[in-house]
Amino acid sequence: MSMTITEKILAAAAGKKNVEPGDIIDAKIDCIMCHDVTTPAAISMLKEKGIDKVFDTEKIVVTPDHFQPAKDIKSAELHKRLDSWAREKKIKFYYPLGKAGVCHALLPEQGHIRPGEVIIGGDSHTCTYGAFAAFSTGIGSTDLAAAIATGTLWFRVPASMKFVLNGKLSKGVYSKDVILACIAKIGTDGALYKAMEFTGPTLKEMSMEARMTITNMAIEAGAKNGIIGFDEITKKYLDEHLKDKKQYKVYQSDADAKYEQTIEIDCSKLEPIVAMPHLPSGGKPISQCAGMKMDQSYIGSCTNGRIEDLRIAAAIMKGKKVAIRTIIVPATPEIWKQAMDEKLFDIFYAAGCVISAPTCGACLGGFMGILAAGEKCVSTTNRNFVGRMGSPKSEVYLASPATAAASAVEGKLVDPRKYM
Amino acid sequence: MSKAHVYKRDHINTDEIIPARYLNTDNTAELATHCMEDLDTDFVKKCKAGDCIVAGDDFGCGSSREHAVWALQGAKVGAVIAKSFARIFYRNCINCGFYPIELADAAEKINNGDEIEIDYKKGVIKNKTQKKEFTFKPLPDFAIEIINDGGLLEHIKK
Repeated sequence: MSMTITEKILAAAAGKKNVEPGDIIDAKIDCIMCHDVTTPAAISMLKEKGIDKVFDTEKIVVTPDHFQPAKDIKSAELHKRLDSWAREKKIKFYYPLGKAGVCHALLPEQGHIRPGEVIIGGDSHTCTYGAFAAFSTGIGSTDLAAAIATGTLWFRVPASMKFVLNGKLSKGVYSKDVILACIAKIGTDGALYKAMEFTGPTLKEMSMEARMTITNMAIEAGAKNGIIGFDEITKKYLDEHLKDKKQYKVYQSDADAKYEQTIEIDCSKLEPIVAMPHLPSGGKPISQCAGMKMDQSYIGSCTNGRIEDLRIAAAIMKGKKVAIRTIIVPATPEIWKQAMDEKLFDIFYAAGCVISAPTCGACLGGFMGILAAGEKCVSTTNRNFVGRMGSPKSEVYLASPATAAASAVEGKLVDPRKYM
Repeated sequence: MSKAHVYKRDHINTDEIIPARYLNTDNTAELATHCMEDLDTDFVKKCKAGDCIVAGDDFGCGSSREHAVWALQGAKVGAVIAKSFARIFYRNCINCGFYPIELADAAEKINNGDEIEIDYKKGVIKNKTQKKEFTFKPLPDFAIEIINDGGLLEHIKK
């Protein structure tokens, strides 16, 4: 029976030869991501139910990220609960402050993501790891608790939608623009309950960092998971990042696998895109929205806070001054160090930006750049819902690091291509 | 009997149900005081125990925060009736023993303030105000089993 890559991974995890969309399966979990917002509740639930067991201390990765360094007393309490649990249970891969980073940037960087595996996390953007030909999806605290205790979780096998990315991206257009275009095309529930499988020649020219931006935002179209097949670029990244366990299994979709829908995108025709408030599906080409006045630019998050993103932003800001508040948030300590070593910080400092510690920070309205009523922020993050970055009367405009950097320089939405 | 609070909106997201600025706690009672705050500042005042929220497509989209379900439960919301639900939210509802009810054109069939009665087992919503009945597809068996066991953790304990 022919299957998609998502179906093959889930079938293997369920110990079955075949699965079909709609099947309910019990899947073995290979990796669980735990952070400071959803995990403390899971820990309390387990304690309350008298379930003391952790299924495998080497298959759980813990990092505080949303409110770290603790933004207030309540988040400090969450961190304390997470910290004592991780230490008490002797979780092998625990990244406390200093090593902690935005989870979806940290786990691949530290070598915890392998092709063919089933990865879950108490965070909706867990779908990021699908860039590595793995099945990964976000869950809530109760599912997290169940998975921590048992190492298995039930899933309904999703139908797959195929996105064929054709054509060469023009200069100044990035993977962020591609995914914003995909979501604009199908809507925030266009892939509800489904797997979004990305293929096509455009991906061959994208780094793993750029690919992660695409799978990261699969949830913004309602998808269960986003996934990209394995190739030489995947292999090279894994060769450089896997530490302990270096074996993995590569699954590829069969040529005659069934897709509910196939959508072709001619990426050569794309221009930089900005998603208007208040939905990620509000993407508009920059030519239709340039000139809108902004109050803040935010460059960071699990979507676009990696070194490649910071390099793109720095190249635009070099020798210039920003016209609005601009916040740079390297997603992990390693990215922070690398950006410093590459002297990107000098460029950001001279331009008048502020550089933050790794954190999810203002992306979800936590801290480190909250918006007042009436303010507008161009942001490299993933959501622009009402109140997402602060006041319910503020507005978030989602864009690539290049667009966010160029817009920071001019204080309004701007086509970054004029700076290239 | 419960009163319907109708929001003729699609994509009511987790940031509206419980804004992330309140996620520094997982205390249900505290979360409940901010339930639906960014969508309707008066919601908590208006909502009486057992009342229902009625909405359009894709209810609960966005974050995986189960806090959204806890906030609704804490505010004593009886059920959410929507045209469709976002995946993680739907799953979180079942895991917490909270009923997500899928009803086509929910926000058109039910008016704000209508008195309704829900029979979860039979899959029937009685609109007392309009004197009409609507049927919905009951949850799948395994989901009902989880809810009957008192949530996913009790279910796996068995």
